[in-house]
Amino acid sequence: MSRFIKWFSLLALLALMLGACTGGQQQAAEGGKPFRVAVVMPSSISDLAFSQSMYDALVGIQQEMGGPEKFEFVYSENMFKVDDAAAAIRDYAAQGYDLVIAHGSQYGTSLREIAPNFPNTAFAHGTTNRTFVEEGVKNVYAYEAASNEGGYVNGVMAAKLTKSKIVGIVGPIDVGDAKLYIEGFEKGVRETDPSIQILKVFTGSFGDVALAREAADAHIAAGADVLIGTGQMVVGAIAAVSEQGGKVLWIGTQSNQTKLAPEVIVANQVYDWKVVLREIIAKVKNKQFGGESLLITLKNGGLRIEFNENFSRLGEAKPAAEAAIQGIINGTINAVP
Amino acid sequence: METTPLFSLAVVTGILTAGIRLASPYLFAAIGEMFSQRSGVLNLGVEGQMLMGAFTAFYVTLRTGNPWLGLLAAMLVGVLMGLAMAVVSITWRAVQGISGIGFYIVGMGLSELLFKALLGEVKVINTGFNAIHIPLLANLPVLGEIFFRQNIMTYMAFALVPLAWFVLYKTTLGLKIRAVGENPHAADTLGVNVAQIRYLTVTMGGVLSAIGGAALSIANLNVFQENMTAGMGFIAVALVYFGGWKPFGVLFGALLFSMVMALQIFLQVYRFPIPSEFLIMMPYILTIVVLVLTVGRVRSPSALTRPFVRE
Repeated sequence: MSRFIKWFSLLALLALMLGACTGGQQQAAEGGKPFRVAVVMPSSISDLAFSQSMYDALVGIQQEMGGPEKFEFVYSENMFKVDDAAAAIRDYAAQGYDLVIAHGSQYGTSLREIAPNFPNTAFAHGTTNRTFVEEGVKNVYAYEAASNEGGYVNGVMAAKLTKSKIVGIVGPIDVGDAKLYIEGFEKGVRETDPSIQILKVFTGSFGDVALAREAADAHIAAGADVLIGTGQMVVGAIAAVSEQGGKVLWIGTQSNQTKLAPEVIVANQVYDWKVVLREIIAKVKNKQFGGESLLITLKNGGLRIEFNENFSRLGEAKPAAEAAIQGIINGTINAVP
Repeated sequence: METTPLFSLAVVTGILTAGIRLASPYLFAAIGEMFSQRSGVLNLGVEGQMLMGAFTAFYVTLRTGNPWLGLLAAMLVGVLMGLAMAVVSITWRAVQGISGIGFYIVGMGLSELLFKALLGEVKVINTGFNAIHIPLLANLPVLGEIFFRQNIMTYMAFALVPLAWFVLYKTTLGLKIRAVGENPHAADTLGVNVAQIRYLTVTMGGVLSAIGGAALSIANLNVFQENMTAGMGFIAVALVYFGGWKPFGVLFGALLFSMVMALQIFLQVYRFPIPSEFLIMMPYILTIVVLVLTVGRVRSPSALTRPFVRE
């Protein structure tokens, strides 16, 4: 009897673990042939940042294309271990998905290995501009965000809003999308008001919420009154800003973070991957499986600045921000760091 | 452009205040793990227990508006997680390292699942434990800010250390725990119920880890995010070794680690001319250095990781 209980409990545990590991699925109805997409993401679809931006775009594309009968997608989230992600990518390709998206630049090396084994499957990979086409791989798309553009606009807003003339940055690791965004921000601040002091902390992790909070507190203690940050861990920094009761402001990126702290968030740069997804899907339907690098920008609408219309001091920043957006779109402002 | 000198009083105060706050989740989890290991059970599931504690405390606090209820709920979940680990490692005598990793994955997966099912999105609460200004003491220059304006769970974490020392060295229970961890057969011969003591310490470890998670989600941060402990549970296990299985050793390790963590953040804010990549590594490098320097000076409990079988 006790042996039975032991095995039963072990099985139950195993079932729980499996249940926890498998991502959600959206099954298409029978009949017809939907376009099938699988995506592998490093963090959670509700991270208010990188992974959520892709998830939201896929949901949007599904609506545009007429629901799950026409566009089916599955996802594996929290694939922070690259080995696990590689296994998932290979598995999805073997299952015959039309497009397999590896949403994380850290998956690049694995994708380069896997893609040639599935020449009739299209892959997409971001954020990066590397399609591996020069290495003979023909079925990988690359996509990235010109996050420096929204960074620049956020920098202009921060410069207009700061009273202490000190602004703070909470970053994860000084590479890739985070680096681009932060350098765009710094340029925006400097070109608006060179006298402003910019403080910067990298926590070394995309996941360490506690450290992000301490970084924000350190900035605030040093006198910063407008903070920005990028990475999933910034929710800790936003909590710290929120506790200051309106004395310190936050400007977001990647997803709309306003509902986290509606009274202190000025605006957010929002990534809308629908722009590149539409293009990739159209090309895949025409049997072009890769070899191109695509970019979301303010100009093509893949990047948007979403203002928090309820924020009390928005008037001090919005006109300058809108001018900066126009300048970047028509080329009079160069937001490249 | 004016810059504050790095080692001004205000900055040092900031570093110490942050370091003490950062240490509290580590202290709860590491003291719990210390009891478990002193009785001979290595629990590597601390991270999972912390995550479950963090989620439960956050969710209950969000729904009821009362952080004490949140803390209580986290403790109950800690009891369950601890008991489960105890059943597997003590009654079934499973290999402790592996079953612990299993519980880490269960705790992480379950907290993610519950987060998705019950919350669905990241939220910030303002009903967590706020900083308490201890009358008079809080107004002391410098010391007041560092020690007496922290949240209640930070005070609890530091109060736990002498309490743990007292239990371990000055009570019969502590004697039994140490005996069971050193020589379970001798203890058994003397009439100590080995399994019972280990059940108690492992369950208590689960409770304290869950409290550590709660300290993160409803006291230090007022946020829950999936996998928010980001390896803290494993650092807590390392701190037990670091501290030589002694409460004050663990306290020293937790403080050292957290202080260096806080220091590296402030060094970046005040633009200390060292690349951030190196500063980020500092706490970990220091931990390894201290571990290497102390190796051989302390001995682990003899029966650690060894299931007890009466001969």
